[in-house]
Amino acid sequence: MKLIIAYIQPERLTDVKKALFAEEVFKISVTNSLGCGQQKGFHEVYRGVEEEVNLLKKVRIEIAVNDNFVDRTIKAIIQGAKSGNIGDGKIFVVTLEQCIRIRTGDTGSSAIG
Amino acid sequence: MNQVGIDTLWALVAGFLVFFMQAGFAMVEAGFVRAKNAVNIIMKNLLDFSIATICFFAVGYGLMFGDGNGFMGIHGLWFLNGADNSPAIGDAYRGVYSALNWAGIPLFAKFFFELVFAGTAATIVSGAVAERIKFSSYLIYTFIISAVVYPIVGHWIWGGGFLAGMGVFDFAGSTVVHAVGGAAGLAGAIILGPRIGKYNKDRSANVIAGHNIPLAALGVFILWFGWFGFNPGSTLSVGDGVAISLISANTNIAAAVAGLSALIVTWIKFKKPDASMAMNGVLAGLVAITAPCAFVTPLSSAMIGLVAGVLVVFSVVFFDSINIDDPVGAVSVHMVNGIWGTISVGLFGLKSLGLSHDGLFNGGGFHQLMVQTIGTLSGVAFSFFFMLIVFKVIAATVGLRVDRHEELKGLDVGEHGMEAYSEFQIFTSK
Repeated sequence: MKLIIAYIQPERLTDVKKALFAEEVFKISVTNSLGCGQQKGFHEVYRGVEEEVNLLKKVRIEIAVNDNFVDRTIKAIIQGAKSGNIGDGKIFVVTLEQCIRIRTGDTGSSAIG
Repeated sequence: MNQVGIDTLWALVAGFLVFFMQAGFAMVEAGFVRAKNAVNIIMKNLLDFSIATICFFAVGYGLMFGDGNGFMGIHGLWFLNGADNSPAIGDAYRGVYSALNWAGIPLFAKFFFELVFAGTAATIVSGAVAERIKFSSYLIYTFIISAVVYPIVGHWIWGGGFLAGMGVFDFAGSTVVHAVGGAAGLAGAIILGPRIGKYNKDRSANVIAGHNIPLAALGVFILWFGWFGFNPGSTLSVGDGVAISLISANTNIAAAVAGLSALIVTWIKFKKPDASMAMNGVLAGLVAITAPCAFVTPLSSAMIGLVAGVLVVFSVVFFDSINIDDPVGAVSVHMVNGIWGTISVGLFGLKSLGLSHDGLFNGGGFHQLMVQTIGTLSGVAFSFFFMLIVFKVIAATVGLRVDRHEELKGLDVGEHGMEAYSEFQIFTSK
């Protein structure tokens, strides 16, 4: 079992969701997040004064998957989120120790799927 | 205080109320769009009134009220430079703006009052083209509607043009202001195409919810309040007080009934009393009663409002079904109900209140109904087709729509480099 965490551009979320659905990945958590990486931020002009905004708005996606779904999930995220520009985001894959469905008490692979 | 003074005060105070409707439009539209486009919509509302002021002063007033032919005004075209001895009225009037020689107030009072109406027509469109039109292209459109389209249709009905000659009555502008603005909005929405994600492949519609319903509600209340200047003020005189009292009562009754009837329709149709539709219902009633407010009884006003509230709901559903994306319902409120309001004069109107013929339901036959229908459809058709061409030309030259990336990211940052709610976390992922 793996937990896939991705930070993407907010405006790509619709495309990413579409790509995930096409790969039959339907379970997803999305949160707003602020952050910056290589892309240092952007400029806003407020009442004539330029202002550098250091933290950019990103969307954080978390998807817990069984091992046989890892590759296609990653592929789908890239397909939806990639524009080729700086700021497209990153994907982290972490090994998941356990997963429990609260309602039934199921654990492991069946709880994820 | 003499009569001229009283009437001028009345016209100006009413004009100030109509000006305040700009704030109403700004709030309604800001509330009904997403947070990422709120600055953009506010900027459009602010700038279209500024541009309308310049255009209407430079050429609009002359085109609309100058003496000329049945199509447009010719004399005193530029910068109100025609002769005019207002507040003289009737036969004592000497000047080139004789279409308004029945109003015993100074020229600049007339100009100010008509100007805030021109601004209203211009600002209606911003809702229909919201969340995707380029800011610069919107400014170009504003020039055209306030310098050309609105004054010409206005001349036809209020400036002694060919529709006035036929006996079309549009008291405060269901057609001249609202249907003209709404039809221009429809043209814009068609040329622009729907917002990304609004319609699915099977042509079904998705919800793109407005981001601040309380703000939209404030806007509706401001518009409702402003309408008490829009309709009663269009008398441009206090008279003996009878007409402006009737008009005020009629305006309010139609709005209240329309809000209620829209609410009931949504309650039955969608199982919930929809707040945004009830608000649109109120506005629909106000638009509809604008033409007939001086010519009908309060009971007829209630009937006109009842129909308006039902119309607006089915109209919104209809435009969604043919995939024309109008984010705030401007076409349904202003064009559809502007047409209905103008036609309703021919159904409910009374000769005893100043019409040339009684309406159909008052035994006057079909004459007034036919004239009203021709009147409103002429105005709508002119505005729609003229603006269709204008938007096409803008699209082919400087471009009409922002690119996909900017639309998804939001026009606030893309067009203005500024957020509406800095330091708040807003989902811009839709």
